Amino acid sequence: MTQIKIKNLSKTYSEVKALNGVNMNISKGSLFGILGPNGAGKTTLLRILATLIAPDEGTITINDIDVIKEPRQIRELIGYVAQEIALDKILTGRELLDFQADLYHINQSKKFERIDLLVKQLDMKNWIDRKCGTYSGGMKRRIDLAAGLLHLPKVLILDEPTVGLDIESRNIIWKLLDDLKKGGMTIILSSHYLDEIDKLADTVVIINDGKVIAQGNPAQLKNNLGGDRITLKVKEFSDSIESEKVKEILQKIDGISNVVINSAQGNSLNFIAQKGDDLITKLKVELAFSKFEIFSLSQSQPSLDDVYLQATGKTLQDAEIYMTGKRDLKKESKQSMR
Amino acid sequence: MKIQQYNILFLYQETFALTKRLFIQLKRRPSTFFAGILQPIIWLFLFGALFSNAPKDFLPGVDSYGNFLGAGLIVFTAFSGALNSGLPLMFDREFGFLNRLLVAPLASRLSIILSSFFYITILSFVQSLAIMFISFLLGYGFPDFFGLGIVFATLILLVLFVTSISLCLAFILPGHIELIALIFVVNLPLLFASTALAPLSFMPSWLGWLASFNPLTFAIEPIRIAYSKNINLDLVALHAPYGDLTCRNCISFLFILTIISLIIIRPLLNKKLT
Repeated sequence: MTQIKIKNLSKTYSEVKALNGVNMNISKGSLFGILGPNGAGKTTLLRILATLIAPDEGTITINDIDVIKEPRQIRELIGYVAQEIALDKILTGRELLDFQADLYHINQSKKFERIDLLVKQLDMKNWIDRKCGTYSGGMKRRIDLAAGLLHLPKVLILDEPTVGLDIESRNIIWKLLDDLKKGGMTIILSSHYLDEIDKLADTVVIINDGKVIAQGNPAQLKNNLGGDRITLKVKEFSDSIESEKVKEILQKIDGISNVVINSAQGNSLNFIAQKGDDLITKLKVELAFSKFEIFSLSQSQPSLDDVYLQATGKTLQDAEIYMTGKRDLKKESKQSMR
Repeated sequence: MKIQQYNILFLYQETFALTKRLFIQLKRRPSTFFAGILQPIIWLFLFGALFSNAPKDFLPGVDSYGNFLGAGLIVFTAFSGALNSGLPLMFDREFGFLNRLLVAPLASRLSIILSSFFYITILSFVQSLAIMFISFLLGYGFPDFFGLGIVFATLILLVLFVTSISLCLAFILPGHIELIALIFVVNLPLLFASTALAPLSFMPSWLGWLASFNPLTFAIEPIRIAYSKNINLDLVALHAPYGDLTCRNCISFLFILTIISLIIIRPLLNKKLT
């Protein structure tokens, strides 16, 4: 059953198109992953869902309630855990949760029960009564997540909840998310960690430059690539002309598809090879015929990174590096201030 | 009807929580609270000493400069506190904590503003009472019950007026540096261009005109009346260049200014908080 419907959503900041005609449907009780490099538009999408900003165009509904027209009703349904952890460092963790409970009008008897349960679930007992200012990154993230869950939201929106966390905190959060999903909560999780989305998400959308470039079940998206991922280099660093020539050769070989040149990795060639055929031998013969030798060749199961690579011609990591240089974080921070 | 009752209860619950947070912050970082009391006391002590040998008829209606200065310092304390009231909100904006409030299903986002008003009003009252008590110990007298009523009514109006402007600035200005800079620029000149430190009769004509339009003057003069032995709302409190103003006139002006400021900032707050 579709719980969240997003149609033709667009948002522009100054001249930057953060979202460009985004469409997606999110099923009730699912864990919906949003994958994309920094600056792809993930946070903008989640901030619109959380009623913090309004889109320029498009509609968005949760439980058939319009997010733009009925923000207060939506706020009762959602829990939002922002990318930047905003805690009051003077308050203790317990005081912060108590404060948050009052903002959500939780009655006094249930309030302490909920806080105690979350303290237990997120393993916060040893430090919950310390001031937030003394917390490590993992502790801050856990208390922030607890605050988002305090009122038992129908939809939990998490913007990169495990970024920069230690393994222990990451595992605790992953386990909790799994439990919440089993309990019927819809979870929207943005991340640029491929393994996280691959492990947790029932459905994933991949966003690039404000557009949805792939959508589906992670396993299905990988299977759609149709075989194993091969990375080939004919030299340690080939120029683009040489790589184009090799690409032409590869495209003529039966069983090889989706050939892309990865310019960020020495113009290596990435492609999908159908399983079962003796493609590597064929490949060597064809390359030798054109006087090319294999410098390196690696074969692996396709990942979501391959899905991204297939759609954009860049790996997610390369896109991150590219976007890091392109973004004006100070300006973005000002834009996110109310 | 039931929904409305719930809304009022919810508004109370969230406003109480927001105000409580500000008081917890104050309790754990009380330096600004004590500085807010200490600074006027130092002023009272030093300025009082500076003019202690002034002739008896130096100031109208009072027998010492300390007596004259007390009202100005009470008002200045409340004014400074209210002027700084936008800072916590500005920090919440900058550090993203405001988003936590904005994604919550608040019965009304007015609670964010109300909590600041309550906090600053209570803080100003406590600081003012401390200053009044210390002034009393220094021999500068203490207002009677009716006088206290005038003092607190005047302070509430001043705090509402200045807090509304400060909260508005906290939304308009890009960051806390700009807000602090503005507070620095405004704070002392407004004090000197009022009747806090000297009566209008001491001032050059142009400064007299400025001081007689200064909201601080409208707050200071009723408090001076509140300290006098014969409290009467219709006593002339200020011989302004444009005419005499009674204590009632001053409070009324302050009331009108407060209403105007609340009306002016409302659309901005609505825009920023919806």
